[in-house]
Amino acid sequence: MRRKAFATAALVALGLAGPLSADPVDDKLIVNGETELVTHTKAPDYIDGLDEIWSGWAFRAAETRAIEADDFDNPGMIFVEDAEAVWNRVEGGAGKSCASCHGDPSSMKGVRTVMPKYNEKAGDLWSLEDYINDCRVNRMQAEAWGWNDKDMVNMTALISVQSRGMPMNVAIDGPAKPYWEKGREMYYTRTGQLELSCANCHEDHYGDMIRADHLSQGQINGFPTYRLKNAKLNSIHARFKGCVRDTRAATYKPGSPEFHALELYVASRGNGLSVEGVAVRN
Amino acid sequence: MKSRALWGIALAVGMAGAAGAAERGPVTYAADINFAEDGSVAESLTGKPGNPENGAQVLAQKKIGNCIACHQVTALKDYPFHGEIGPSLDGVGSRYSEAQLRGILVDAKKTFEGSMMPSFFKTGGFIRPGIGFTGKPAKEPLPPLLTAEQIEDAVAFLMTLKDE
Ligand code: HEC
Ligand code: HEC
Repeated sequence: MRRKAFATAALVALGLAGPLSADPVDDKLIVNGETELVTHTKAPDYIDGLDEIWSGWAFRAAETRAIEADDFDNPGMIFVEDAEAVWNRVEGGAGKSCASCHGDPSSMKGVRTVMPKYNEKAGDLWSLEDYINDCRVNRMQAEAWGWNDKDMVNMTALISVQSRGMPMNVAIDGPAKPYWEKGREMYYTRTGQLELSCANCHEDHYGDMIRADHLSQGQINGFPTYRLKNAKLNSIHARFKGCVRDTRAATYKPGSPEFHALELYVASRGNGLSVEGVAVRN
Repeated sequence: MKSRALWGIALAVGMAGAAGAAERGPVTYAADINFAEDGSVAESLTGKPGNPENGAQVLAQKKIGNCIACHQVTALKDYPFHGEIGPSLDGVGSRYSEAQLRGILVDAKKTFEGSMMPSFFKTGGFIRPGIGFTGKPAKEPLPPLLTAEQIEDAVAFLMTLKDE
């Protein structure tokens, strides 16, 4: 920390400081002036490397933080509206829509907080996307969506919004445990020609600048996120893929068993942070 | 879906060495390197002195060394966005010998155990190496992150960063 303070001071002296700010901002995220979200809390005790956990929101510039605080300004909410239309759209051989079985999207309250979770019947770890496709294929007799299809990512947003403000609370014990351990191993493995692990950037150096980027803890409570950079909603696995690629490594595929395991582990690092329901990031 | 389910079974029976686990080949470099005990490398990689002006570019340019992604360097203040991951390199030419700086650039992990700094002349011994930033798998040996000449240029530039 001493070193960091020094580096920042040096940058200020150079007049380079501008938007650079080392630490997360201890500000309150109150959406639409009514729903206060937990963006900073104590780390779960099974995470050795962190005392406190912070939403990625706290690392973004003031303008970006403000956009997320108001649904009228948040471009991600447009995609949520698109998903509402799809929710009610009859598709597939069974002549059903999501609404036929589930009624109002508000019936999905709480679902996002426990994803991914072990599915007994399938005998495997399932993400929200797997549950959505299970309904599409087996209950609607419609085609499965691709992991990063627009409709899929938008639907995960609609479902996440129903849990806005609820704490992330994934299970890491019982049948989930081997997946969690696998994910933890991945988190600390230094991959690619740059030999960097998730922990190098998001545990050891969160709060630090890496060139023009202000490193966050790489939490996923805000996903799917609307990124100003690509002007659409981005899935958790797409983000993982980008970060692995940036270590000059061979990536895993979105929806792969490896990314399922990593998703569980990373989600568990954020247990206690609020589901944001369409975070805004750069 | 099938492969997922199979994987689940593999997991349940306690899979040890599957994907992601540390499978790596032998560590190799783009040329034979004699590291001293302290990680330094005495001999020039090109047999001649480097060019400090080119070395400044190696440090500053994103497509070359991108050193300022992690280090602050006052002499390069015209290039924006210096990172905070490693120490400031101001005065580094007074703190280290040329051989030590060369060693840090060839493979920083030999000088600083477990360092986050990439090993710029290493060509093999990686986990899941990819082809540049494409995300596609690569076969070792990889081209090193910096050529022998670029490393010598960077060393020559670092040697100009003396304490006042
Ligand atoms: C070389 C550094 C680096 C490594 C290694 C890295 N990331 Fe990232 N990651 C970033 C940067 C830069 C960002 C964008 C700024 C931020 O949110 O930290 C980011 C963003 C993220 C985000 C989005 C956070 C948000 O709030 O929107 C997640 C999630 C994430 N990373 C997860 C991971 C995981 C998991 C790994 C390992 C597989 C990983 N990262 C490895 C640099 C890295
Ligand atoms: C991903 C981050 C990263 C990059 C990129 C990087 N370094 Fe480093 N570097 C570090 C860290 C961290 C240290 C501190 C050593 C340690 O304890 O690991 C370091 C240490 C050093 C030192 C010793 C400084 C001192 O005062 O002890 C020199 C010299 C150096 N780096 C030069 C370079 C050069 C030149 C480049 C580019 C060709 C470069 N680094 C790229 C992270 C990086």
